[in-house]
Amino acid sequence: MSAKPRHPLAPARATRIIILAVIGALFAVPIASMVEFTLRDPQTGGHTLNNWASLFAPDAASTYEVVWTGIGNSLLLSAFAVAVVLLILVPTMVYVEVEFPRLSRVLEFICLIPLSLPAIVLVVGYVPVYQFIGRTVGTDVWSLGFAYGIIVLPFAHRALKSNLDAIGIRVLSEAGRTLGDSWFGFLWRVAVPNLRSGISAAVLITVAVVFGEFTLASLLNRTNLQTALNIINWQNPFVSVAISLVSLIAVFLLLLAVSGLGRVGVRRTRRPATPTPVSPTPLRGTR
Amino acid sequence: MTSLVTPPGTGSSGTRRSGTRGTARSRSRIALTAGRGVGLLPFTLYVLLFLAVPTVIALVSGFQDADGGWTLDNLSALGDPLILRTIGSSLWLAALTSLLGAIIGALVCFAMMGLDETRLLSRVVTSISSVLAQFGGVMLAFAFIATIGIQGAITVFLRGELGIDIYQDGVWLYELPGLILPYLYFQVPLMIIVFLPAMKTLRVQWAEANLTLGGTRLTFWTRIGLPLLFPSFVGSFLLLFTNGFSAYSTAAALINQASPIVPLQIRLALSSETVLGRENVAGVLALAMMVIMAVAMALYALVQRRAARWRI
Repeated sequence: MSAKPRHPLAPARATRIIILAVIGALFAVPIASMVEFTLRDPQTGGHTLNNWASLFAPDAASTYEVVWTGIGNSLLLSAFAVAVVLLILVPTMVYVEVEFPRLSRVLEFICLIPLSLPAIVLVVGYVPVYQFIGRTVGTDVWSLGFAYGIIVLPFAHRALKSNLDAIGIRVLSEAGRTLGDSWFGFLWRVAVPNLRSGISAAVLITVAVVFGEFTLASLLNRTNLQTALNIINWQNPFVSVAISLVSLIAVFLLLLAVSGLGRVGVRRTRRPATPTPVSPTPLRGTR
Repeated sequence: MTSLVTPPGTGSSGTRRSGTRGTARSRSRIALTAGRGVGLLPFTLYVLLFLAVPTVIALVSGFQDADGGWTLDNLSALGDPLILRTIGSSLWLAALTSLLGAIIGALVCFAMMGLDETRLLSRVVTSISSVLAQFGGVMLAFAFIATIGIQGAITVFLRGELGIDIYQDGVWLYELPGLILPYLYFQVPLMIIVFLPAMKTLRVQWAEANLTLGGTRLTFWTRIGLPLLFPSFVGSFLLLFTNGFSAYSTAAALINQASPIVPLQIRLALSSETVLGRENVAGVLALAMMVIMAVAMALYALVQRRAARWRI
């Protein structure tokens, strides 16, 4: 620290610490309150671990059935959305980059559209679409995966794009073709292995987005984790807070993993280390 | 916007590119391009069916009556005082939380200036911010019910220890004012994520030049720093605004009895589709939201161009 001259713009150490500590403490309050809430003993007014124990009690499974259904459905839907990303988005992005590089901006634009269309607006258009699907295919939960594949496009595209830009896919493609590889052979043997970090990041962010999705599921009358939590909150607020806390920690770890992967991707890019411009498309959550 | 959602040129743009001369060679290239375009079909079809079609439906359903005929009657909903008040509340909520979020977030960014990106503190702050900017919806609502709900930890603490009843004028958590704190909980972290890179564009040399020319820390900020950061700040504010304006789940989980903001009015309209005279009101509200979003995005693009001027 002392070896480097002090950054002329850096605030005084005390200022920095005070600002970060005060705002950090304020942001810790709701998390701490959730923990406290789950430890309350309704009988004595004291604190106990009983609430947590009852989550794993033998009769709990049937009490919280809707939550288990929700988790199962969210898993199914994230698998569906991941399939859309892997089977449709990844091949298309590689294909456009190799065959139609000029269309790469168009593709990016299309993939970013769901960011500027609020889910609550999109759902107005989905209602008739899903009424039609309900009449023809059925009202099973999996069909919601088609819509989820759309709302994850911006996130998945961004994760894949930085990786694609970094590996020089066109040169790889020419090399592969020169050596007689077919298109699918190239995709499977050359593109996919080189895109591993981008694909993992895209898959993780897709799962995170699907598990947090509430708007479409609730207004299209399907059950997923979030709608189940919302329902069970009316019966037993402790359970919903406890499960929220657990899944918040899970999402926290998942997103930490994503940001870790993102860092790896950044390090690999060949772009000069200029400051990143204000991102035009921040990761918008699922609220 | 929807016109741009049309297929990413299933070969058509390639045809235009190579079809300038009618020679046999270019004709075979057309065939080749068209053949290559087939690879774009799955994505194009998928996006058409599940993005373009719903968007068009959301856009036009406001102009349709219950039988699918064209009408402008639904637009009269926009003259309804209740709807107007709801739109006003939505704009107010989004503007307030993004202004406060932008100021608090910028303060955190300021506190982090000059911190090495590899330092643990810096990594922790950015990681937590990216997690909390994603944290929204039902679970965020629960967090605040556990905090400042009627039995929330802070409510109980203030009532028991300090004798302060935050709800002596009624429980405001489940009404419009109750959305402010939860919204700030995702707006501030979002501001940190989008504004931190802009802060990094302030170059050390500028600070040094300012000092060499006899300026002080204060003159650096008033003459150089703040004017340069202002466009980025406004741009970030607009992003936060669109974010707050379009948020639905947090409000939906907190507020069940009323519909004080536009997204909740859409919920009401969708769930009471059969109420006479309210058919397709959801479409009108969706249209209004899209227009407001488009204005905010256009302003953002404008500001962004100005902010880019000082980037290397």
